[in-house]
Amino acid sequence: MSVGDIRVAINSDQDIVLARQRGRVMAAELGFSTGDATLIAAAISELARNIISYARNGEITLKMVNGLNRQGISVIATDDGPGIPDIRQALRDGFSTSGSLGLGLPGVRRLMDEFEITSQPGRGTIVAVKKWKQ
Amino acid sequence: MEVPILKQGEVLIATFQAALSDADLNQLRMGLVQQVVKFRSRAVIVDVTAMDVMDSFASRTLREIALMIRLRGAETVIVGIQPEVAFAMVQLGLTLEGVATALDLEEGLAYLNEKFKTTN
Repeated sequence: MSVGDIRVAINSDQDIVLARQRGRVMAAELGFSTGDATLIAAAISELARNIISYARNGEITLKMVNGLNRQGISVIATDDGPGIPDIRQALRDGFSTSGSLGLGLPGVRRLMDEFEITSQPGRGTIVAVKKWKQ
Repeated sequence: MEVPILKQGEVLIATFQAALSDADLNQLRMGLVQQVVKFRSRAVIVDVTAMDVMDSFASRTLREIALMIRLRGAETVIVGIQPEVAFAMVQLGLTLEGVATALDLEEGLAYLNEKFKTTN
């Protein structure tokens, strides 16, 4: 089955909710289980939250992806905010979640199957994650 | 979408809807603390059964609510965290440490009744 790309502009806290709802619907359309759809929605929520917290504006793109004998969902969070100076530190557990800083990136990495991050200080950040259907 | 807060004797019950924005959560935090003061409530139950996702902000806000209400001398119980939501929370490293939880509203009320009994 085929599902078109969805782009959600992230400019306010309302958009965080919108993005994760769109993601959940798309995951369900692609045949993900409710459990997996929740994990995908949680990852989208954290990625959208990072955009609001660090860059203020950005975009989440949801896409269907095809691998060898499998189908999945790709979530790409893009912003042109300040970027992450030390990605390795941002990916370390404990750097995030509890305080108000909360990058949540290690958590997102655990929720999804594939995780890629590109960030340039002063230019912005792209986080691209994928989850494959079981 | 505002969270309705129901007064049931000495307990306040707040029931989450599926999609809560950060602004809604902040409003709930203020609303609950104010009502605990107003009604001299002994406990608060936050029912999150309908909640789609508990991300870092929602989880931090719930924890703050519980801590603020404890400072007022009342108890907070979070009820109804769905299995898949719990799974996602653990993966995200969100543990709601130090906050009482129960399976559902009924269990939450039972927990509080026990607690009240022993303190009376």
